[in-house]
Amino acid sequence: MAMTMTQKILANHSGNKVVKAGELITARLDMVLGNDITSPLAIQEFKKIGIKKVFDNEKIALVPDHFCPNKDIKSAEQVKIVREFAKEYGIKNYFEVGQMGIEHALLPEKGLVTAGDVVIGADSHTCTYGALGAFSTGIGSTDMAAGMAAGELWFKVPDAIKVVLKGAPKGYISGKDIILHLIGKIGVDGARYMSLEFSGDAIGHLTMDDRFTIANMAIEAGAKNGIFPVDDKTLSYIKEHSVKPYKVFEADSDAVYSSEIVIDVSQLEYTVACPHLPSNTKPASSLGDIKIDQVVIGSCTNGRIGDLRVAAKILKGKKVADGVRCIVFPATQKIYLQAIEEGLVQAMVESGVAVSTPTCGPCLGGHMGILASGERCVSTTNRNFVGRMGHVDSEVYLASPAVAAASAITGKISIPEEVV
Amino acid sequence: MILKGKVHIFADNVDTDVIIPARYLNTIDPKELAKHCMIDIDEKFAKNVSQGDIMVAGYNFGCGSSREHAPIAIKGSGISCVIARSFARIFYRNAINIGLPILECDEILDEINSKDELEVNLSTGVILNKTTGKSYSSEPFPKFMQEIIEAGGEIAYIKEKMKEVQA
Ligand code: SF4
Repeated sequence: MAMTMTQKILANHSGNKVVKAGELITARLDMVLGNDITSPLAIQEFKKIGIKKVFDNEKIALVPDHFCPNKDIKSAEQVKIVREFAKEYGIKNYFEVGQMGIEHALLPEKGLVTAGDVVIGADSHTCTYGALGAFSTGIGSTDMAAGMAAGELWFKVPDAIKVVLKGAPKGYISGKDIILHLIGKIGVDGARYMSLEFSGDAIGHLTMDDRFTIANMAIEAGAKNGIFPVDDKTLSYIKEHSVKPYKVFEADSDAVYSSEIVIDVSQLEYTVACPHLPSNTKPASSLGDIKIDQVVIGSCTNGRIGDLRVAAKILKGKKVADGVRCIVFPATQKIYLQAIEEGLVQAMVESGVAVSTPTCGPCLGGHMGILASGERCVSTTNRNFVGRMGHVDSEVYLASPAVAAASAITGKISIPEEVV
Repeated sequence: MILKGKVHIFADNVDTDVIIPARYLNTIDPKELAKHCMIDIDEKFAKNVSQGDIMVAGYNFGCGSSREHAPIAIKGSGISCVIARSFARIFYRNAINIGLPILECDEILDEINSKDELEVNLSTGVILNKTTGKSYSSEPFPKFMQEIIEAGGEIAYIKEKMKEVQA
């Protein structure tokens, strides 16, 4: 029977020749991830199982990134639980502040995930690694505990939506515009319980950073995972970052999809998700005068080097508007260093940008850029729910790094062509 | 198992950021989390909820983050069961794993009022609105998930499994 790419990976990891949508299977895990919010709970549950060892101390990654560097005493205590657990169980991939980055940028960069893997993470944006041709999905802390113990987990084999991306993006149109457009089209539960399987000639025009951004926000359409075919760009990324063996899976040409969506990316406009749902999308140019108080550029969605290059290019030689706070978060230490070496940090600081150490920080309203009531922020992050970035009466507009940087200069939501 | 309680009604797309805002995630204590449950969309929820009460909501309940703190906060607040038109995937898994009963039912929300009392039969999936006298059916869990629930949650289930492996 024909299978989608996701189904093939799940069949391979469950010891079945064929799996069907809806079937409950148990699959072998190549990586289990947790952060400072979800791991303490997982550790508490893991200890209840009463075993002395994790299934594989090289296949677990613990990344304290959300409230780190520790934002308060309670957060410090949470991270301490994770640190001590990592030590006690000999977890190889524990990343302390200084090595730490935002988990979903860090794991691919460290080569810990690769094509053909099955990855679970106690963080909903674990779906990011679909950009590498892996099956990866977010789960909760108890599933993480079960995964750390048994090295396998139950899954319901998902149905899939085929997303065909056609054409070449113009100007500063990026992966962010593509995924926001898609979510606007199908809604926040449009792909609930399903895979989003991307295909089409536009993929060749997309950088790996674009693909990470798109896969990252699959969850915002309710998807279980988002996945890209493996091409030369994927393979060169993998070879540059990882020594793990990888395996390339391809969807069967006669695989069955629940629906097919075609997007001509050459026709896309700069897209913004207005409060308070990622699906509430509009062309940026149609929004009129929306004054802003803050701009955030960073996160697991758009904190990679390609994102910072675009932001710095637009900001260079210009000033952040009066009354606007612009905060930039490189997603990992390596990206931070690269941004320094390429002069991006200098260009941005000279524009009046605050450049922070890697952290999730303001993305989830944690710290380092919380909004007051009535304040409005343009952010390259992935969620704009009520109160996501601070006060319940604050507003978050989701956009690409190009739109965010342009908006920082004008003080209102703007497209890059207004300032360059 | 039969559950009884008064309803608390919520809309579509109730996300994990409103179920328990991130600013309260620096703890894993259910009582502490429950104090702030739903605070950003219903400030009085934590005060008004009584042990056994039932949440009824629209589509895509629990969308957003993977935080298990969300079903834990709901369970900690005293809610005995959540009925929604549909659930987000990770929330669905998490609720089963921690033993918070959840049922999918499309019609009930159309005909419910805020003071209504419900009676829910978890084994049959039948939901009775005691105030209006009307009853509704919902899908019982697949057998595999029932096993997890019967074992007392996923950890107890895995514990049994690991014993078999090590024996
Ligand atoms: S950057 Fe934001 S969305 Fe990404 S893992 Fe951190 S909190 Fe979650």
